[in-house]
Amino acid sequence: MAKSGDKSSSTEKKSLKRKAAAEELQDAAFAGDGATESEGQPPKAAAFPPGFSISEIKNKQRRHLMFMRWKQQQRKEKLAAKKKLKKEREALGDKAPPKPVPKTIDNQRVYDETTVDPNDEEVAYDEATDEFASYFNKQTSPKILITTSDRPHGRTVRLCEQLSTVIPNSHVYYRRGLALKKIIPQCITRDFTDLIVINEDRKTPNGLILSHLPNGPTAHFKMSSVRLRKEIKRRGKDPTEHIPEIILNNFTTRLGHSIGRMFASLFPHNPQFIGRQVATFHNQRDYIFFRFHRYIFRSEKKVGIQELGPRFTLKLRSLQKGTFDSKYGEYEWVHKPREMDTSRRKFHL
Amino acid sequence: MATAAARWNHVWVGTETGILKGVNLQRKQATNFTAGGQPRREESVSALCWGAGGETLILVGCADRTVKHFSTEEGIFQGQRHCPGGEGTFRGLAQANGTVITCVDSGILRVWHDNDKDISSDPLLEVRVGPGVCRMRQDPAHPHVVATGGKENALKMWDLQGSEEPVFRAKNVRNDWLDLRVPIWDQDIQFLPGSQKLVTCTGYHQVRVYDPASPQRRPVLETTYGEYPLTAMTLTPGGNSVIVGNTHGQLAEIDLRQGRLLGCLKGLAGSVRGLQCHPSKPLLASCGLDRVLRIHRIQNPRGLEHKVYLKSQLNCLLLSDRDNWEDEPQEPQEPNNVPLEDTETDELWASLEAAAKRKLSDLEQTQGALQTRRRKKKRPGSTSP
Repeated sequence: MAKSGDKSSSTEKKSLKRKAAAEELQDAAFAGDGATESEGQPPKAAAFPPGFSISEIKNKQRRHLMFMRWKQQQRKEKLAAKKKLKKEREALGDKAPPKPVPKTIDNQRVYDETTVDPNDEEVAYDEATDEFASYFNKQTSPKILITTSDRPHGRTVRLCEQLSTVIPNSHVYYRRGLALKKIIPQCITRDFTDLIVINEDRKTPNGLILSHLPNGPTAHFKMSSVRLRKEIKRRGKDPTEHIPEIILNNFTTRLGHSIGRMFASLFPHNPQFIGRQVATFHNQRDYIFFRFHRYIFRSEKKVGIQELGPRFTLKLRSLQKGTFDSKYGEYEWVHKPREMDTSRRKFHL
Repeated sequence: MATAAARWNHVWVGTETGILKGVNLQRKQATNFTAGGQPRREESVSALCWGAGGETLILVGCADRTVKHFSTEEGIFQGQRHCPGGEGTFRGLAQANGTVITCVDSGILRVWHDNDKDISSDPLLEVRVGPGVCRMRQDPAHPHVVATGGKENALKMWDLQGSEEPVFRAKNVRNDWLDLRVPIWDQDIQFLPGSQKLVTCTGYHQVRVYDPASPQRRPVLETTYGEYPLTAMTLTPGGNSVIVGNTHGQLAEIDLRQGRLLGCLKGLAGSVRGLQCHPSKPLLASCGLDRVLRIHRIQNPRGLEHKVYLKSQLNCLLLSDRDNWEDEPQEPQEPNNVPLEDTETDELWASLEAAAKRKLSDLEQTQGALQTRRRKKKRPGSTSP
C-alpha cells in the first residue's frame, strides 16, 4: 500500500515535501530535526545545523520522505553528469580520451608468482617429464573407465552415459560397491589410462575424481550445475563418433597447467575435423566450465555453434600425487578455504 | 658471480628434477646447480647432508644411487661416487670421520670410505636393517650411532662401531581397544639432544618418544596429530618440542614434555617433504610438493617470514646453521664492484693527484698549465695558486 502510494503520487509527494519544508521553515525555532537542504525549491532555505544527516530524523515517514528526495536528487545529478560527459566526448570526436576500462575481479587478479612463463626451461623440463609425458609423446593413447559411487541414481547414470559419448574410447561400468583401490590395479592390467569416478549425493552428481592411471596424479573436483542433454535448450542432435577437438582456456599457473594437461590426456591426439565437434574446458576464477559444441563456419569470420552434450562446472579440491589414496597419499595441492580464500582477487588455477 | 655468492645461501633444497637450489633470503635469489648442466629426473635428489669441514661441502644423494659432492665455496659439483647395493632410493645419508653412511629403501645400510679419487665399490661395513626403510638418521652427538625405521620396520638404533645387532630395538605398542595389532610406519626420526631419547613420527599420525636408557622398549610418550600421515619432523631450538608436517601441508608444534599441541603453522598447500629448524633462531624452513620453500617464525609472533617459489617439486632441504644472516651480502659486493667500476676513475684521480703534487712544488712555472687543466677537469679540491 505504502509502496504504490509512493510510486503513483510522486509529484504529490514533492509538493507535500515543499509544503512540509515551508512549514518547517516557519517552525525553525522548534525544529530540532529540520529538513535537509532543499536547493532550488523554496528560496528561503533555512540554515540547518551543520553536520546534520537525514538519519537523525526520528519520524520514520518523514525520514523516508527526505531520503527519497535526496536519492532522486542524486540520480538526477548522476544522469546530468553522464549526459554532460557524453556531450563532451561527442564534441571532441576523435580526440576524446579512451574510455576508462571498468574494474572487474578478473582485471584486479593478484599476480600469481607460479604463473608459467613459456620460456622457462625448468618448468618446461618438469612438464616434459611428468606423468603425462607418455601421452604427450604419443606413446599411449587414452582409454578411460567411467564409474560412479555406489548405487547411483538416474541422473548420475545418464550423465555417465552422455560423458562416454563425449569422451572417445571410454567405457562405463557399474560400481558394484567395489573399493577403488582394488579397481585400480585391475584397470592398470587392462591398459586403462584414466579413471573417472562421478560421486553422487542425494540423487545428483556432485563430485568428480579423475585419476591418471599408471601412477599418475588424482584430481578431486566439486561438480555443480550439471545439465543433461534434454535440459539444454536449443541443442543440436546427439554427438557423433568423431574425435572432438579440445579447447583449454586460461590455465595459467603451474597448478593450472597440471590440471590442463590432465584434461588434455583424456582425449585422443588426432581430432577429426570432419566431425566439427569441440570440447571446451574454460577456467575462470578457479571454476572450470565444461561445454561440448558442434560448430560450423558460415563464412571466414562467422561461426555458428550448437551445444550438444552435457554441461557442468568443476572446482578443484585437491590434487594428489599418486593414484587414488585419500588417506595415505601425498597431496600436491589441497584447497584450504580459510587460508586460500581470504582474498577475492586471488585465484590458484 | 654465482659461484662467489654460493656460500652465502641460507637454504639448500633438493628437487625431484635433480637440481640443487641454493636460496639466499637476504637477496631473495635462488640459483640452480646441476651436475651435468641439464636437469635429469633420474638424478632426483632424495637426501642431503652436510659434508665434512663445517658447511663447505654438501653430500647429495640422488635416485640413481650416486652420492655427489657439492662445494658451497665454489658452487660446483666436485665429484660423485656410485653406491650400489639394495633397491630403492636413499633414505638416509650421513657422514662420519671421513666415511659416508648410506641407507636405501630395501634396508641395506652401508658405510663407504669418503674420498673422491678412489671410487672403489667396496663398502667398509654393511648392515641389513630390514625392508621398507623410510628414514635413517645419524645422532649429531655420536656420529657412529644411527637409527632406522620404516613401514613395518620398527625403530632400531645401531652402533656402527659395535656389533651387528642393534643397540636398541623398539617394541610395538600394545594391541588397541579392538585387540588388533597396531601397524608400524616410522616416517621420520630425530635424536633429542642432551639424552639418549629418540622421537619418531609415523604414517598413522602418531608422535612417539623412545628412551633406550629406560628398561621399557615401548614408547615412553605417544601423541597423535591430525588424520593424515606425518611425513617430516624437526626439533625446535628449545629442545622441548618438535614440529611435524603431514601430507596435507599442516605443520604443528608438539610439546614433548606433556604430549600437547602447542600451535600450528599455516601456508603450505602440499605434502611436507622437508623441515628444518635453525639451532638458535626461531626460524623453520619447510619445503614440499607445492614447489614453494617457506620460512616461518616459530615464536613471537608465529607466522610466515619468507616464501620462495622454486619451480620443481622439492624433496629435501638443508638450512645453514650460521648465526649472522644479514652481514654476508655486503662483503662480496665490495670486492666485486670496486675493480669493475672504479678502475677508470682511479686512474683519473691518480693523474690528478700527481698534478696536485706538481702544482705544489712548481707553483709559478706551471700556472698556465694548471689553468688549462682546470678547464678540462673540474677538480673538487682546486685551490687558487
